[in-house]
Amino acid sequence: MTKQHCEGSFHLVGGEFTHAGAASSELKTILTGLGISAELVRRAAIATFEAEMNVIIHAAAGVIHYSVTPEKIQIVVSDMGPGIPDIGLAMTEGYSTAPDWVREMGWGAGMGLPNIKKNSDQLKVESVVGEGTTIEIMIIMKGGDAGEGE
Amino acid sequence: MPVKVNEMAGKLSLRVNTTKGDLDRDVTGCYISDLLSDVMANAQEGEVWITLQTHPNIVAVAVLKNLSGIIITNNRNPEGETLKKAEAEGIPIMLSASSTFETGGSLYRLLRC
Amino acid sequence: MTLRRIAEILDAEFLVTAGNPDTEIRSVCSSDLMSDLLHFAGKPKSLLITGLINNQVVRTAEIADIKAVVFVLNKKPDRETVSFAADKGIWLLATRLSRFTACGKLYGEGLRSCTEENGHD
Repeated sequence: MTKQHCEGSFHLVGGEFTHAGAASSELKTILTGLGISAELVRRAAIATFEAEMNVIIHAAAGVIHYSVTPEKIQIVVSDMGPGIPDIGLAMTEGYSTAPDWVREMGWGAGMGLPNIKKNSDQLKVESVVGEGTTIEIMIIMKGGDAGEGE
Repeated sequence: MPVKVNEMAGKLSLRVNTTKGDLDRDVTGCYISDLLSDVMANAQEGEVWITLQTHPNIVAVAVLKNLSGIIITNNRNPEGETLKKAEAEGIPIMLSASSTFETGGSLYRLLRC
Repeated sequence: MTLRRIAEILDAEFLVTAGNPDTEIRSVCSSDLMSDLLHFAGKPKSLLITGLINNQVVRTAEIADIKAVVFVLNKKPDRETVSFAADKGIWLLATRLSRFTACGKLYGEGLRSCTEENGHD
């Protein structure tokens, strides 16, 4: 059974690739431990992972804050990064501002924001160029979702 | 045994995206990778390159390694600049609606490796 | 097809074992791009064929519920990545074959990809 309420946060360091993804992985473990279905856990983990990588690739630092209630999983990722001048363009599949060396690591294919959107029920992206970006991901729990797995 | 780029595109139901690419070249084999450094190190002349990458650097790599063409998979489209460069260099860019695995698998079968 | 059989077909060695090698694999992804794997995640019992050997691959496999990763052209990840995969229970294999040959052989044996378009298990 999903607990009534659970929340926490992770701090992210820009450019730190050694442990990149660790926050999303830990969140995945936490959500699984709460009895949330495999499908919802996977969606939350993927969306968070892409957001985490965006922070690590583009920003100086960031924070992931998650909050779980019986109705929804909410994940807010805020960073101190360059900001996104054109959010609509950034949401286009294949559009990327990542440098070449990032592509050689397997990232930077321009699928980050589209993947986040694909795995969210609601998504809000706010950004100020020169200051940073905040991404708010919401995944709605279906009725009787907890513990059933897939 | 080698097939021509044109024939390969037909048999694999690829959409030829360029108009000036050399479709009469022999496809001597295939290299699959999404990492430019890997293609630079390992691809062989005449091979067709299957990738998901769509940015202009892929054309430069194909030219340097003298590849017979580039197939972009998963219904992705090359960037405008990529297409322009490919036309200028005569490198055919073909598009596959299938995944890299399936496109590569079908080509393997076609080339009867 | 079992992972054991796949290893035979690819003449692959096991770098990390994560259970019974007769475990079933139903679909195959081949990509060096992490977001691509995340885009098509969700197919159960899937295997990844890649030439990228950094720890990101294992992390992405974990997030995307990919069961096993095969590295091609005899590329092998470093010790940290291997033990990271072992911790997470993700199989790692290495084959001397190229990605093209590895995909070709498995495709020829009837395996299909992780894309949504290929129906549901």
